[in-house]
Amino acid sequence: MLEIEIDGKKVKVPDGGTVMDAANKAGTYIPHFCYHKKLSIAASCRMCLVEVEKVPKPLPACATPVTNGMKVFTHSEKSVKAQKGVMEFLLINHPLDCPICDQGGECQLQDLAVGYGGSASRYAEEKRVVVNKNLGPLISTDMTRCIHCTRCVRFGQEIAGIMELGVANRGERSEIMTFVDRTVDSELSGNAIDLCPVGALTSKPFRFSARTWEMSRRRSISPHDSLGSNLVVQIKHDRVKRVLPLENESLNECWLSDKDRFSYEALNSEDRLTRPMVKQGGQWIETDWQTALEYAAKALKGVIGEHGAAAIGALVSPHTTLEEQYLSQVLIRGLGSDNVDFRLRQSDFSADETRVGIPSLGMPVAEINELDRVLVIGSFLRKDHPLLAQRLRQAAKRGCQINLIGHSADDQLMKLQANLAVAPSLLVGELAALAVAIAEQKNLAVDASIAALASEVSAEIKAVATSLISGESRAVFIGNAVVQHPAFASVWFIAQTIADLTEARLGFFGEAAGSVGGYAAKAIPQTGLNAAAMLQSSLKAYLLVGVEPALDFADSVAAKAALEKAETVVALTAFRSAVDAVADVMLPIAPFAETSGTFVNCEGSAQSFHAVVKPQGETRPAWKVLRVLGNILELDGFAFESSEAVRDEALSGGLASALSNRIGSVTLAKGRTNNGVERIADVPIYFADPLVRRASSLQKTRDARAPGMRVNASMIQRLGLEAGGRARVSANGVMAELNVELDAGVPDNCVRIAAGHPQTQALGPMFGNLAVERI
Amino acid sequence: MLSTESFKKIDQELEKYPVDQKQSAVMAALRIAQQEKDWLSDETIEAVANYLGMPPIAVFEVASFYNMYDLQAPGRYKLTVCTNLPCALSGGAVAGKYLKQKLGIEYNQTTADGQFTLKEGECMGACGDAPVMLVNNHRMCCKMTEAQIDQLLVELGK
Repeated sequence: MLEIEIDGKKVKVPDGGTVMDAANKAGTYIPHFCYHKKLSIAASCRMCLVEVEKVPKPLPACATPVTNGMKVFTHSEKSVKAQKGVMEFLLINHPLDCPICDQGGECQLQDLAVGYGGSASRYAEEKRVVVNKNLGPLISTDMTRCIHCTRCVRFGQEIAGIMELGVANRGERSEIMTFVDRTVDSELSGNAIDLCPVGALTSKPFRFSARTWEMSRRRSISPHDSLGSNLVVQIKHDRVKRVLPLENESLNECWLSDKDRFSYEALNSEDRLTRPMVKQGGQWIETDWQTALEYAAKALKGVIGEHGAAAIGALVSPHTTLEEQYLSQVLIRGLGSDNVDFRLRQSDFSADETRVGIPSLGMPVAEINELDRVLVIGSFLRKDHPLLAQRLRQAAKRGCQINLIGHSADDQLMKLQANLAVAPSLLVGELAALAVAIAEQKNLAVDASIAALASEVSAEIKAVATSLISGESRAVFIGNAVVQHPAFASVWFIAQTIADLTEARLGFFGEAAGSVGGYAAKAIPQTGLNAAAMLQSSLKAYLLVGVEPALDFADSVAAKAALEKAETVVALTAFRSAVDAVADVMLPIAPFAETSGTFVNCEGSAQSFHAVVKPQGETRPAWKVLRVLGNILELDGFAFESSEAVRDEALSGGLASALSNRIGSVTLAKGRTNNGVERIADVPIYFADPLVRRASSLQKTRDARAPGMRVNASMIQRLGLEAGGRARVSANGVMAELNVELDAGVPDNCVRIAAGHPQTQALGPMFGNLAVERI
Repeated sequence: MLSTESFKKIDQELEKYPVDQKQSAVMAALRIAQQEKDWLSDETIEAVANYLGMPPIAVFEVASFYNMYDLQAPGRYKLTVCTNLPCALSGGAVAGKYLKQKLGIEYNQTTADGQFTLKEGECMGACGDAPVMLVNNHRMCCKMTEAQIDQLLVELGK
């Protein structure tokens, strides 16, 4: 530890600390622009110049290492003179356009200019003008305002993992730009807007729509991925205008993924259902709540009377809150059925028989950064979990060896020890081989049933094994593609074996904001039918809560068929187009911003939030709709006054003790040998849930472009295709025409066709065989 | 794309650095690419970036920073006059002005016949011989009085 005196205050900082660190510790503010606690040091703005005893010239606090006994004066005459001088230079080329600048009112330059700037400029010459750049649909630019702090550049290099922005040219001609007018496509790009200390990079969807001081700020939780990012939602005139990160070092740090940041646009989409509707004679008719609820109750009762309670079932979106999931299952169970599930994209439910508890990350999110060895199985990491991937990226920089075994070797923009792509039918065999290789290297025994399944141990698998048995802190993570895999239970069991052999922690990333909550809320069948079985056995009535049947299921074709055949489909939905093709009554429910509720994130933290705006039109929070429906059906257990009361009851058994990633013995299923063409299906980042599908700006990004059929070069040859050409793909007699895209990361015998998209919906199951022919 | 010969030369440069530090060779690689192509087009920059495993914008940063890299096609002869302070005070500015007048172009322009491009340069490390000029980055001309300039232009014009 080194001792330093800042303005007479003594502070101790660790070796290698900077004057800026010491000042932060002492609670002294030193003005700065380019310094950011999460980014490397550039010392390019010079705003943090301070006087140091025995040093003739002022030094930049952010880049000056502390030495023992150093005396720093941050507000001495010399310091202030230096800071004022820098400010005058910064303002020379900065336009005086604060009244029309979106950053006005929340601008670091504006704030510091009040403290350190002159009241008038001495600069009378012509100011520099920089041409604006088109960085895509999310970031708007006014490059003349740029002060070249390079925060956005460093963010790309260090946090997002891809350098899309750079400083071109030199000196007074320096400009921030992308290479030949490309767009910024990172799934974390929106953070550059927050980082920009001036108005050079601002939010395109938010542009010119409100001033910062006109909006109220309210806390919320992201309803998208399993991280549960903390949000500050900004509101004007009861409309959500913008979403910013709420700093939470243990979850999202100071970042947000673009999905969390820009999905609010869907809240005001034209497609919002704002009045209850019933279908009569094939026509949708608007009605009042009482009529609609009674209609729904009567329909459900009618089906029960005629076919028995087992003929109804509830399908609940994994993006709904804990309260919504809880009340859905209370309602269904109250009616005498046990058919309720939220795991819509899962296809193998046999793990339910022997799993010990609720699958979760198995460790605090923040500890991901501390890991030394990681195995991630079956994850489209960067697109499925943008901020968990960011943490792994930081771990990789520290020297963590990250091994990926999945269905596609995508570029994860981080240093990987291994990035293996295996066909879905080979996943079990390859993982078994890994378990065998680890056991061999550690001289341990491996379960005979696993050894029997193992494919030949390749050099790559051997290398992964070697990596996993070294290091101090290890973890095995199971991604969404495994949970969706037809041999999920087997993969889980083998992953557990690998974790046990390597003394690693086992964890699930979790698909959605409610993936842990759904288990906690018991929105899973005990004796009844699971999500897939409910669709296969064609129930007579379905209750859909927040579900978009065409795009949310493991098998979209089966979902459509089952729902069309049903006598009654009662849909609680925020969006009309999500269900209007299959539902008989649509009850408008509030998305996350308009309801109170709780999301339990991947590490098992229950985060409750309040509504930030009033529900639109006659929309009501879904927990209230379910409560009233329960009361109309004269069921017990619906006497809740608040969502907090629902949460407390749902979590009354205690959450932490219910979490477990252990699984008992499993009858291992070797993927059948497959000579056909297998499908690999990712869920594209901006098609993962009903909200983000309707976020208009996100839909204009590169990640939201229509999916093609991705295949590797040898498959292109084998199938007689042409990269860039078209192909006809058929499964179960249904056809889709798709563009052929060359992707070296797709394994042999496979084609990668995204699920969750209208263009591929007709193809049905996310896994299985397809026929492909050239057009 | 660059020729195999150029890639071979880049490989020689790469051997000077650790395998995971390929970006260290970026300046040499750009120089080699410019020698082959006369200038660095966006495609050439991207080819170099891909070869070195760097983001294209990072290579563009380097190519646009140093003024001996040409981001636009120059004329047959690129004349770079040093206009940094010591040269400027010792006749560099005058030499530049004389060249502009002689060629009928401004800095960063090329004559209509595509023969000459005029550029301002940074210190060439020969302030004692001011004014100094470079022809096509490789030939250094010292003490460029008006007579010397005339002679050079005649020589190059042949």
